[in-house]
Amino acid sequence: MTGPSIEAVNLSKNYERFAAVSNLNLRLEGPKCVGFLGPNGAGKTTTLKIFTHLIKPTSGEAYINGQDITKNVRKALAHAGALIESPEIYPAFTPREALSEIAELRGIPRTERAKRVDEVIAEVRMAEWENKRVGKFSKGMKQRINIAAALLTDPEVILLDEPTTGLDPRGMTEVRDIVKSLKTRNKLIFMSSHLLSEVADVCDEVAMIDHGKLVKYDTLGNVTSQFSRGEGVVDITVSRDIDEVQVTAISAVDGVVSLEKLDPRNVRVRFRGGLDAQEKLLYDLVSKRIGMVSFKGSASALEDAYLNLIEDSR
Amino acid sequence: MAQVRTIFKYEFRNYFRARRFYVLLAIDLLISALLTTVVGYYRPSIFLSSNLTFYSGWWGQFVTFVIILAGVFFGGDAISGEFQNKTGYFIIPNPIRRSSIYVGKWMAAYAASAITVGLFALGAVINGVFYFGASVPSQLWVSILFALLYLAAVMGFTFFFSSLFKTSSISILVTVILFLFVFSLVQTLVATLVGIEPWFILTYGGEIVGNILQVPYPVTNTIPGPGRFSLTTFAVSVPVGLAIISIYFFLTAAAGLFLFERKEFT
Ligand SMILES: Nc1ncnc2c1ncn2[C@@H]1O[C@H](COP(=O)(O)OP(=O)(O)OP(=O)(O)O)[C@@H](O)[C@H]1O
Ligand SMILES: [Mg+2]
Repeated sequence: MTGPSIEAVNLSKNYERFAAVSNLNLRLEGPKCVGFLGPNGAGKTTTLKIFTHLIKPTSGEAYINGQDITKNVRKALAHAGALIESPEIYPAFTPREALSEIAELRGIPRTERAKRVDEVIAEVRMAEWENKRVGKFSKGMKQRINIAAALLTDPEVILLDEPTTGLDPRGMTEVRDIVKSLKTRNKLIFMSSHLLSEVADVCDEVAMIDHGKLVKYDTLGNVTSQFSRGEGVVDITVSRDIDEVQVTAISAVDGVVSLEKLDPRNVRVRFRGGLDAQEKLLYDLVSKRIGMVSFKGSASALEDAYLNLIEDSR
Repeated sequence: MAQVRTIFKYEFRNYFRARRFYVLLAIDLLISALLTTVVGYYRPSIFLSSNLTFYSGWWGQFVTFVIILAGVFFGGDAISGEFQNKTGYFIIPNPIRRSSIYVGKWMAAYAASAITVGLFALGAVINGVFYFGASVPSQLWVSILFALLYLAAVMGFTFFFSSLFKTSSISILVTVILFLFVFSLVQTLVATLVGIEPWFILTYGGEIVGNILQVPYPVTNTIPGPGRFSLTTFAVSVPVGLAIISIYFFLTAAAGLFLFERKEFT
């Protein structure tokens, strides 16, 4: 068997006459994180619901690891974990009970169940609450349990629909860290999100959808450079408030096009060229000793690409 | 199958923790307590003339109500609740067939109901032993068996209606109206006005639970009325009753499963 994969073939979903997803063809393969982007009502949730057996496609097929979801759910979802919308757990259950049920359904051997449940509960930082009834939990706490349920069997394929919504800032960071760590463990993650900075941070590729149609599927680098007019953007942070000397120093670096002060310690730098130029820029800035403490590719590049693509397809 | 067992186990646990279960037990106990008081205080002769009439009056008359109540309480929104409360979203995206979920939930609801029915039987037997000693008529055991079969059909029926809707309160309301009003109304109408046996009504089939306790077994009876009119009271025979119950069970089980398989979590 090859690596984990997700594939939509001519996938369509109509609600009455309205096409929520139309003729979607998309093949994701191998360990990586793919961001699923698109405006409200674009069809992201609808697509993910088809892949998780919550709804049936009007036509076309959906495969996980080569298994057709409508023909053999048990095989198709055997190696997939998912979090779609905000599932509720029976209020009378504790996280431990709810997760034990999933563990049993998924055939985790009895001897390993408790240990595995402990592990995922720890991973989403809910150990303190594991024996409290879910009924009184906040939205974010429930969402953590839902994430734990998706990770329970350490699946190869993970489908997440806006996983960080409802979480507090720390929760968001934790979930992003979980996703990043999944990537290092050879998982294929397909994740919808409205937070472009989140996608730019954790994903390797993006799929954009609008009006149920796939607009773009490419690597993050390709998508952003396509609309960057040959320019790259980075955000840098310095240790003290930026003064004129530093501004001049940065502007003087080869390739820098413009400089925008975001706040006293953060500047957004636009520069000519692609990743090579970005590497050189980093090197040059470090050698200038301007007190730079952080340097990262800006999500604004993805934002530019998004706005261009989504506007274009109207 | 292992997954059905898992669903059963956790659903049953959930029923056991639900307020509903205790409300139903309370209603059960209330009926039993009322009967105990009334029989103990007024000593009505229809109850106390023989141990058979005692069980017929106590168990035979009231258990069908307990069964319908249990069917509505545990089955009325078993499926629709999964949609309304979004609890279905937790279980469905797992490698499990919809049918396993349906069957597991059905079995849990049946088990929880059977407990409440069993408790009602216990109340009857305790009182019966008090008045007539340990000799419980054999018909009672047959009647309990019929009651459990009837419960299965009622539960199949309420599950079917619960998978017809996506709102708990609507599916519960519809099943309540059907069982408490529509069925008896239609039964009375067809039986008295048209004069045909209401073999298509589940509650009519359920009457074997009470009938089996009567000696002699009641028969269909036509009383000539004024002029060309006559009044027929239908009594369901055991084979017909069992046929109605099993047909209802199989049809509603198949239809409910069919609906749930196709239902979308939108
Ligand atoms: N049950 C339904 N009946 C009719 N139309 C529906 C139904 N569910 C979704 N839709 C429509 O399908 C389209 C796609 O919805 P979907 O939830 O997939 O969007 P989305 O990309 O997830 O949006 P968001 O970013 O707001 O979550 C929307 O236009 C929505 O109105
Ligand atoms: Mg959505």
